[in-house]
Amino acid sequence: MDVSLKMDEPVAESLLDTTNQNIVSQPVDRVEGPLKVSGTARYSAEYKFPGLLHGVLVSAPMGKGRILKIDAGSIEKLPGIVTVITDYDTFLRNPAQGQDEEAPEQGVRDVSYFGQPVALVVGESFEAARHGAQRIALDMRPDEGRFDFAARKHMAEPKKRSRKAQGDLDAALAAAHATIDAIWTTPSQTSAAMEPHAGIAVWEDNKLTLYGSYQMLASDRLQLADALGLKPEQVRIVARYVGGGFGGKLGISAESVAAAVAAMRLNRPVRVVMTRQQVTEATVRRSNTEQRIRLGADAEGRLTAVAHETITANLDRSSFSEPASASTQFLYGGQARLFLNSIVRMDQLLSASMRAPGEAVGMLALECAMDELAETLGMDPVALRLRNIPARHPMDGLPFSSRSLAECLEIGARDFGWSDRDPRPAQRREGDWWIGVGMAAAARSNMLIKSSARVMLAPDGTAVVETDLTDIGTGSYTILAQITAELLGLPVSSVEVRLGDTDFPPSSGSGGSFGAASAGSSVYLACESLRQEIAEKLGIAPKDLVLTEGMARHGNVSRPLHEILSGPLTAIGTIEPGEMEEKFVQAGFGAHFCEVGVNAHSGEVRVRRMESTFAAGRILNEKTATSQCLGGMVFGIGAALTEDLMHDPRNGAIVNHDLAEYHVPVNADIPALKVRFLEERDEKANPLFAKGIGELGISGAGAAVANAIYNACGVRVRDYPITLDKLIEKLPPA
Amino acid sequence: MRPFEYHRAGSVADATTHAASGAARFIAGGTNLLDLMKLDIERPERLIDISRLPLDAIEENEDGGLRIGALVSNADLAADLRVRRDHGVLSRALLSGASGQLRNKATTAGNLLQRTRCYYFYNPALPCNKREPGSGCSAIGGRNRIHAILGGSAQCIATHPSDMAVAMMALSAEVEVMSAGGEGRRLPLAELYRLPGDTPHIETVLNPGDLITAVLLPAPLKGRHIYRKVRDRASYAFALVSVAAVIKMDGATIGAARLAFGGLAPMPWRDRAVEDVLIGQSPSSALWNKAADRLLAEAKGYGENDFKSVLVRKTLASVLSDASVREI
Amino acid sequence: MHITLSINGKDHELDLDPRTSVLDALRDHLDLIGTKKGCDHGQCGACTVLVNGRRINSCLTLAVMHEGDAITTIEGLGTPEALSPLQAAFVAHDGFQCGYCTPGQICSATGMLEEMRAGWPSHVSEDLLAAPDLSDAEISERMSGNLCRCSAYTNIVAAITEVAEARDEAV
Repeated sequence: MDVSLKMDEPVAESLLDTTNQNIVSQPVDRVEGPLKVSGTARYSAEYKFPGLLHGVLVSAPMGKGRILKIDAGSIEKLPGIVTVITDYDTFLRNPAQGQDEEAPEQGVRDVSYFGQPVALVVGESFEAARHGAQRIALDMRPDEGRFDFAARKHMAEPKKRSRKAQGDLDAALAAAHATIDAIWTTPSQTSAAMEPHAGIAVWEDNKLTLYGSYQMLASDRLQLADALGLKPEQVRIVARYVGGGFGGKLGISAESVAAAVAAMRLNRPVRVVMTRQQVTEATVRRSNTEQRIRLGADAEGRLTAVAHETITANLDRSSFSEPASASTQFLYGGQARLFLNSIVRMDQLLSASMRAPGEAVGMLALECAMDELAETLGMDPVALRLRNIPARHPMDGLPFSSRSLAECLEIGARDFGWSDRDPRPAQRREGDWWIGVGMAAAARSNMLIKSSARVMLAPDGTAVVETDLTDIGTGSYTILAQITAELLGLPVSSVEVRLGDTDFPPSSGSGGSFGAASAGSSVYLACESLRQEIAEKLGIAPKDLVLTEGMARHGNVSRPLHEILSGPLTAIGTIEPGEMEEKFVQAGFGAHFCEVGVNAHSGEVRVRRMESTFAAGRILNEKTATSQCLGGMVFGIGAALTEDLMHDPRNGAIVNHDLAEYHVPVNADIPALKVRFLEERDEKANPLFAKGIGELGISGAGAAVANAIYNACGVRVRDYPITLDKLIEKLPPA
Repeated sequence: MRPFEYHRAGSVADATTHAASGAARFIAGGTNLLDLMKLDIERPERLIDISRLPLDAIEENEDGGLRIGALVSNADLAADLRVRRDHGVLSRALLSGASGQLRNKATTAGNLLQRTRCYYFYNPALPCNKREPGSGCSAIGGRNRIHAILGGSAQCIATHPSDMAVAMMALSAEVEVMSAGGEGRRLPLAELYRLPGDTPHIETVLNPGDLITAVLLPAPLKGRHIYRKVRDRASYAFALVSVAAVIKMDGATIGAARLAFGGLAPMPWRDRAVEDVLIGQSPSSALWNKAADRLLAEAKGYGENDFKSVLVRKTLASVLSDASVREI
Repeated sequence: MHITLSINGKDHELDLDPRTSVLDALRDHLDLIGTKKGCDHGQCGACTVLVNGRRINSCLTLAVMHEGDAITTIEGLGTPEALSPLQAAFVAHDGFQCGYCTPGQICSATGMLEEMRAGWPSHVSEDLLAAPDLSDAEISERMSGNLCRCSAYTNIVAAITEVAEARDEAV
């Protein structure tokens, strides 16, 4: 029976608290782990088809201009070249934003950013196609481009509906005992998932199948169909394994449309894999930001004014603007408030969502501003935060659904040994290194997105789960198996989870940390429905039914499923957001504590220790949740110390468009990090009582590093990343 | 990558003969050449595979030094007990470079001849005099945080990326070259490289067909061996600045000093005048500054890389302090 | 070009464009998809395989140069049903998330442990002449040629340490 639930009311009781199978929350190994570690999990570019052709995208060699001619004849004689696919109207100008239901802007005759894909060279082999794509003659008329953010930022225009104000900010600041007013800047960043964007398009019987590397298949399918002028039913996307996303694969991008156009024209399967350089230049970036933060506090450290204004950049007609103040709006109190986002129009690749859009860079500013404020006030930074946890949302007055921020701060501080800290900078020296500690809070909004899943229970005590959710490393396969096993009383090994196929019921997709809670709730509802059916067959109330070890029990009676079921039972569960998200502020919270060393001679920074405590409702799998937080923390360390997607302001090129010069952290940059979860249940969030975890770890992590750097050596750098060149001239005498 | 003719060389003579004409390249480790061929930056018409030539031995010379075959991998060289014991600065430099995988493949001669990591050299869509003579230098006036402050020209400020070569420079290594005509010659490593001047695309004095067959290390240098590499990550990143130092104390004064620098110049940089500043002097911060003054006398920053002057000054001081501790 | 490659103990006859890297030969011509392409330029380590027991980046070497060499890929180390100790430890310690860098990590770790056993020093070794110790810092440094954007580094080090310690005890 198909069931749905709209979250208009809190869920009184979660079955996960009553089934007692001890499967959910446990640190179960990833169910697809053996496939991944043995190299047998097949990612998108790895499907084999007879007659498969290889496509390589042609990148525009300038940042702004118009294509006059793409001379296919210049390469068609080269060995192995099949053809050159140009479709000026259909190829994407830029990728889609996540969850869009239409194609992104199409049309590539006008080049809007450096490296924009403009054509596809198709060859019988990858080697031939690559050669052709490098040799093809491209006749372009260059135009004047807008590449210099610094020179253009005064032209930033406010983003619609982004301004939120309350009280008299100027008066509150003027009256404050202590104030902070400073600007933080963060550079462009790239998701840099290890698997490049890749797709194989197969056109058969007027239907397109794309083996694609995307995060949100239901909306990706709509975007792809719209881009190609097909009906959604004509498009199927398969993405069983995705080699990382981090926001970079939310919406469709150039490779899938190009592969599809080629496959439809040539009637042969076509594979297109972006080069690493193309991934960096032509998918999406996190916009660079300039953030002004103003804080005012009274003598007791109570905030009276909070302002967070952000300038970001984007292409013409792209409305996304990194919402850096997202968590600033509810994390701390203070009556006078102002939040605003502005956009500078630039001819640079699309700015879109990268892991924790908003908090990832917003907290780099806010949590350093709080550290500066604590110092100004002579307060402990933990105490300052504890003092400013608001009873309700400071602007709309809504209550929080659940919030263990204070506990995270207190327990995290205790475990880390925060009380041993010397608040004065540059006091602790070990050999060539200044040592310091810093902390920051973490917060990330929780979301629920409409999501469906089908669960089939067979009489032999096995179950199959189907939903188009992806597992981009998030643990989806495992937690859905755990939820099903828990609710149907089966071992995890008896549950088969099938993901990443638009032939399955549409899900929330993976993004915004909502995948586990949304898709997990749909699986929960389907299982709940199956439990009801079994109870009905037994003539008992569902609450009296115990499912365990493939048996149905009530009272003293215990019967194997195959005696009860004549055939498989199937249910589709659907969860939808409702009034709970309008009536409550929903967010995960946490606290990071970090110790760094700063080399007294060179200014090199090394993270020596980092311990973070989080509360995000029920933890569905302690092992995979820990990994999600570790990953976020390392993203935060990268943002603090090394990651800087560098644009050339003269021509818009990204100069470090590869993994040699765009520095994601390597193993040696990361010590043994520690993650701790606090017990929490959120009955307003969803029937699982869980909140999102994928982006909580990054929120504030980099700020803890930056604050530790200040404590170590006494230098505040407000221009991320904190590379040694920004420290070296300001270090204390060695 | 353009099509090429592949030839597996059977001997050194076979290799050099095949390389003498046309756009030929030797390939051994391939870790830099294939990287560049994939980007259509290197465009050989003929690849001569020398990876199976018997040039992979490390032998002791009569003078107590080592003859390192051109094909000895970076990993094997770093792990060689004689190198670890007697030429520590070289082992350290090698171990600070690239990754375990790359060191297993990259060869000694290939490491010497690797090309710059300049952003613009690596991007065929942008002007670069080294890649395309006469097209202009994008780094000057552009993004040049990683670029040279010494030895550059108005045509090119790209740096040489090797760590190994910096240590070899400090050790006064020589290279052994076989020409296409079958003539062998030896030249100091310092004379292998050419500064960019007006011809940044010509990086060495090698002629077409010339094959480096070995690197010769003189007898071991006594004293403290230090290689300090400063970079943006803890590992797997090119040097912003590196310092190779071998300092021999003579009582309370510096008896002998060898210094070479990476990340500063279009070639591994050694300036004997800097060493001369130190010899016979007592260690002091003032002396270190004097050495840095000498090193940086001709330094020129281009904006984003201005910090390298300060960085090398402080790094040098720290290295010299560590290296000049009086031996007990 | 017609060549024979020995992979995981089995000879494979191939007709290859000389431009074909070992990586593309494995993935496109032999359906050995466990070896991953992350950057194609030796900057990520996802393509790591063992050649004659040594770990290398298979993207930066040509297939035609490897006739007669013994190439070992992730498929040659273990199967889902019979994982190698390192593969099993990566699962137990959650030393991965998306799994794309994982085969390269495991091949790299396999080769790296042999390097340690042979006594090779690393950049972080205090003493160039001493046997390397099995510290986190040593393992992290030696594994830094394998990027993991999911950032499972802490768990990767734990997995490798467990296997190395077990092996040391067995010796």
